[in-house]
Amino acid sequence: MINSSSDNVKKLNSINRRMFITGSLKFFIMIGIVSRLFFLQVKENKKYLTLSDKNRIREWKLAPVRGEFHDYFGNVIAGNFEAYQLHIIPEQVDDFRYVIYRIKDLLELSDKEFKKVLKKKNEIKPWETLIVSDNLDWQKFSKINNHLYDLNGVKPVISISRNYPFKENFTHLIGYVSQANQVDIEKTEVIKKNFVPGLKVGKVGLEKSFEEKLIGSNDIERYEVNAYGRRISQLEFQKGEKGKTLRLTIDTEVQKLANELLKDQAGSICVMDIYTGDIVAMHSSPSFDPNLFVFGISKDDWQLIRNDPMKPLVNKTLQGNYSPGSTIKPIVALSALENGIVNTKFTVNCRGHKHPMELYGQTYHCWKKEGHGFMNLRNAMKQSCDIYFYEIARKLGVDKLSETAKKFGLGKEVFGDLFSIEKRGLIPNTQWKKNALGQGWLLGETIITGIGQGYIQTTPIQLCLMTAQIGNGGHKIYPKIVVDDENKQDPIDKFSPLYQNYRNIKIVQDAMFASTNEVRGTSYKSRIDNPEYQFAGKTGTAQVKKITEKDRELDLKTFEIPYEERDHALYIAYGPYKNPRYALSVIVEHGGSGSTTAAPMAKKLFKLVIDRHKIRQSINDKKYLEI
Amino acid sequence: MYQHTRLTTNRLNFFQKFRNYDYVLLICILLLGFISLATMYSTDGGEILFHTKSHFTKLVVFTIMMLIMSFINIKYWFSIGYLSYLAVIGLLVATYLFGITSSGSQRWINLYFINLQPSELMKIVIILCLAKYFHRMKLENVNSIYTILTSLIIIILPMGLVIVQPDLGTSVLIAISGIAVLWFAGINHKYFIYTMLGFVISLPFIIAFLKPYQKLRVLTFLNPDRDPLGAGYQIIQSKIAVGSGGIFGKGFLKGTQSYLEFLPEKHTDFIFTLFSEEFGFVGSAILLVIYVIIIYRIVAIGANCRSYFAKIFCYSFGAAIFVFITINMSMVLGLLPIVGSPLPIMSYGGSSMLATMIGFGIVMSARVHNQQMIA
Repeated sequence: MINSSSDNVKKLNSINRRMFITGSLKFFIMIGIVSRLFFLQVKENKKYLTLSDKNRIREWKLAPVRGEFHDYFGNVIAGNFEAYQLHIIPEQVDDFRYVIYRIKDLLELSDKEFKKVLKKKNEIKPWETLIVSDNLDWQKFSKINNHLYDLNGVKPVISISRNYPFKENFTHLIGYVSQANQVDIEKTEVIKKNFVPGLKVGKVGLEKSFEEKLIGSNDIERYEVNAYGRRISQLEFQKGEKGKTLRLTIDTEVQKLANELLKDQAGSICVMDIYTGDIVAMHSSPSFDPNLFVFGISKDDWQLIRNDPMKPLVNKTLQGNYSPGSTIKPIVALSALENGIVNTKFTVNCRGHKHPMELYGQTYHCWKKEGHGFMNLRNAMKQSCDIYFYEIARKLGVDKLSETAKKFGLGKEVFGDLFSIEKRGLIPNTQWKKNALGQGWLLGETIITGIGQGYIQTTPIQLCLMTAQIGNGGHKIYPKIVVDDENKQDPIDKFSPLYQNYRNIKIVQDAMFASTNEVRGTSYKSRIDNPEYQFAGKTGTAQVKKITEKDRELDLKTFEIPYEERDHALYIAYGPYKNPRYALSVIVEHGGSGSTTAAPMAKKLFKLVIDRHKIRQSINDKKYLEI
Repeated sequence: MYQHTRLTTNRLNFFQKFRNYDYVLLICILLLGFISLATMYSTDGGEILFHTKSHFTKLVVFTIMMLIMSFINIKYWFSIGYLSYLAVIGLLVATYLFGITSSGSQRWINLYFINLQPSELMKIVIILCLAKYFHRMKLENVNSIYTILTSLIIIILPMGLVIVQPDLGTSVLIAISGIAVLWFAGINHKYFIYTMLGFVISLPFIIAFLKPYQKLRVLTFLNPDRDPLGAGYQIIQSKIAVGSGGIFGKGFLKGTQSYLEFLPEKHTDFIFTLFSEEFGFVGSAILLVIYVIIIYRIVAIGANCRSYFAKIFCYSFGAAIFVFITINMSMVLGLLPIVGSPLPIMSYGGSSMLATMIGFGIVMSARVHNQQMIA
């Protein structure tokens, strides 16, 4: 008993000692747990709170509403309309095959379209939106809505989409929008930021140039979602901003007339305010309907446009490099006057084809078979005598000529970097030839440059700017298309004189007046006698190929020559002659001669443009009144 | 002297037993039960649904059972020590033979009125068995080879049966329960140190023998971000839930992590995560305090018992409960790899609660009959 009791005591001592050790261990472990809790919940709380919100809150972006384009008078020329679309998120559909066949029946999709949808489905991730149809008519849209009970996971969506109410009238100027592709997203930050499936972005023209302003910002929906991505409740709806609406300097009426005039012909018309530089109309023909591109153009339509020999895809106003032909003569004359090579009394005898100008064995003909006789500057310009201009070009030299031409805006982009596609044309000089071709300049090349042939190339918009700057008395202007483009400050050298002697400009203006309004003037037939509309201009006929002796003998009429070999018809003009306000350039590709094809168009344009001027002014006055 | 006579009769009437009751422990257990019900209500999304109802029923039934157990003399519990062990071993064998397979392991056995997980019961019964084994043993015999071997077999046998289910987590917890008894029984501390050293040295070999999913758990524990949507998902989401709770929590029924179903196993092993998200650091600390009081009371009851059996049972049970709690919390807080171990009373699961309540019942019985001598 004693033994056992002493053993009990020992056992109790042992167990109590061990209990003490265990107790202290528990204490330290408890402290560890509490400090871990403290660390997570108090110290790192912010971090985990953020992570928890990241878990539960998900954002959905909706396509932003694109800004519109208005013309000078506030007419919508590129607007938005409500498009009915059908979206599917493949992940959310239980039986995709069933649903897609059901849709095929309901929408009466052709096999080709159907295959396209299936292909698109395979390209996207299952949680991305598959756009089955982006522009349904109302009937089909309501049909789908009636069958929604059967189409699990299908979403009928009303989305805002681009619309060009004037169809082909503004295509080259405004461009068009289409689905953003990988390149668009990678290249443009603002597209990347606002990208949602089905987002339309500008592909060419002003739509592309002003993407940043037009695109607007996404509507953002914030939802609370559960672990499986199911939306539980909407937390927030952040309204996006509509893109900026841009008001253009364009007058739709003039633009429409330009389109009409160039119907079925290839060419370009631009009209410019000679003081403000406002582009009143700018059209390239033939054109096409930009609405075709908004929802992806069909293959047939695309082939039709692409294979048209008149090249509708080329914006001829900005991209067309043409020999200016005789329309360069005002600059040649001005350059000669400015450099003191000639005065108004200087005369050259034009003796017809039998006595062409000869230089180092080469002959240079005037266009007129019989010759013009003795020509001074005013007469030579009026009748567009080539021999006279050969002579003064020879005396002037190409380098001095190119200097003047460049001053007046030839040889460089008129709109700077506004349009990525704009061509700069070419104003040659000796230096250029040495660098570009590695050859010395030949005097003969100077001579043909004097009548706007040879290396020299200009775009229609450059010719228009040149004419405008002659028309406004030789002052520098900067053409613009967008009214109130706050990014563009007026450059300091706006209206700075481009001449050395103002009289020289007057002489050239007077010669151009004669060319249009005096008997024997090349565009005399297209004159307007009413001084309110009276304009001064210069015709041009640019050769597409070199005229051989044989051609000269045949002397064929325009319609007898194959289309590709016909001359380009050009015309430049400004008006009204007293108090001039507008300048224009007309180019009709393979249109024959400038006087018969291009000048009559200018007449019609001036009538309208000057009639519209008062309305245009009243818009401005109103604007000031409102302030 | 009066007491002595009372003791010799070894008979207490009903009211005397009531006077002996440990009300602090009882209140803490009831409080814990209430908290667990509220949390379960939250896991059901703020509605009284299946889990809440079922948990409530089990809580009531097992609490009543615990109360009844506490009125039964500790001698009786001593007497069924081996028998209960053998019974649970039998159940484990039966589980191995005809158990219900769920999520890849065969842990449950259908007893018609309840699906029982015998491995949970083993956590308590092994303490009962070993406490009885060491009760009469003289201290000098404790460290004999024979004793150590016998007790090791008592531990390893159920471990083996549980490992084959497979359920490594529970078998480790059974081992810990058993080892706790060995520790309090007075087995030479050198053995514990050597075993520990041996374990650390053989750790690489043990890892080599682990099943792929178990290895993955260890790797995930070391770096949860290696597979945030796969193996690391549970622990990352759990840490986010706890961490985002902050000092005062997101509020009852407002835990976004659990509501939006980011939390896995929120009814069972990860119940503390949900509680902690909704009640924050303060709530978690209060819950811990309740657990600490419970363990303290268990140990205190053990200290006041006259019989060695009751003492060793209380101490070991206290230690085991402590280990269960800390392992569960450490796992949830990212301090230990994920092992399936429920939080006593809080977690949903009948077997775990049954086992814990049996433990509490025996502890209460020890308290009520604390002057009882066992020959």
